[in-house]
Amino acid sequence: MTAIWVTIAVLALATAALKLVGPLALGGKPLHANAFAIVELLASALLAALVVVETFAHGRHLTVDARVVGVAFAGVLIWRRAPMTAVVVGAAAATALVRLL
Amino acid sequence: MFAIAFSYGVVARPFMGWVAPIVMSVVVFSGSAQFGSLAVLGAGGSTAAAIAAGVLLNARYAAMGLALAPSLRGRALSRASFAMTMVDSSWAAASAGSGTFDPWYMVGVSAPQYVGWVGGTIAGVFIGPRLGSASALGLDALFPAFFLALLAEEARGGRRRVAAVGGAGIALALTPLLPAGLPILAAAAAAVGAARMRS
Repeated sequence: MTAIWVTIAVLALATAALKLVGPLALGGKPLHANAFAIVELLASALLAALVVVETFAHGRHLTVDARVVGVAFAGVLIWRRAPMTAVVVGAAAATALVRLL
Repeated sequence: MFAIAFSYGVVARPFMGWVAPIVMSVVVFSGSAQFGSLAVLGAGGSTAAAIAAGVLLNARYAAMGLALAPSLRGRALSRASFAMTMVDSSWAAASAGSGTFDPWYMVGVSAPQYVGWVGGTIAGVFIGPRLGSASALGLDALFPAFFLALLAEEARGGRRRVAAVGGAGIALALTPLLPAGLPILAAAAAAVGAARMRS
């Protein structure tokens, strides 16, 4: 339980620091171009990693199970420009349906 | 916003109890960091790995804050207050073209989202346990679907797509080799690599 509270406290402070660093610390000075390029790309790299790990990982094993159907359905919904709520609910419903069958 | 936060409350409850998810939504207010750190902790990853995943996911706020900075006027406290209201959608909505932002418009978009985020989390942690088994409801598929929806918004442009494909490949390759959470952190290397590409 302590681990959870430490995670919450550090992420709250770190998120605030990240939001404030531009408007306060740098005072209009641009971040070094190379650093900016990396920061800008981090979210894409980590989100893609989370997508595949949360779809295929079961502990340290890679598996193909009902989650794949849910994520594939989410992909279709995103492609059809469905709102985010429909995407996540649709993914859960498709996965639940496969497990039911 | 309410529905996503509701989902967060439902999936966080078994790992975190009912108080912690609500506190986290109040003080962190970031879907990617909250779902990301929960994904790492839920898979048995360490606290450090969960924090690092959340920080790296939110590193984009540094870039967004830099873009926002020239549009904020006044004292440091006032600039800081505006910057703290920044979330992805409100930052994007407040963009007024040619690198300028409307800070009050950003606040106006963020405020109802904050209410929805906290309210949805509260509803999720209390209603979640009555819904039934998380596995039968397919709630484990909710995580990748949420990340995929964020990724579809984020990964526009050649270098971001390269970073995404590289990050996914690194994480898949390392999952059998490293403890939970670390393959996700290692994916940051793809951002470093993609940054060296010509745009």
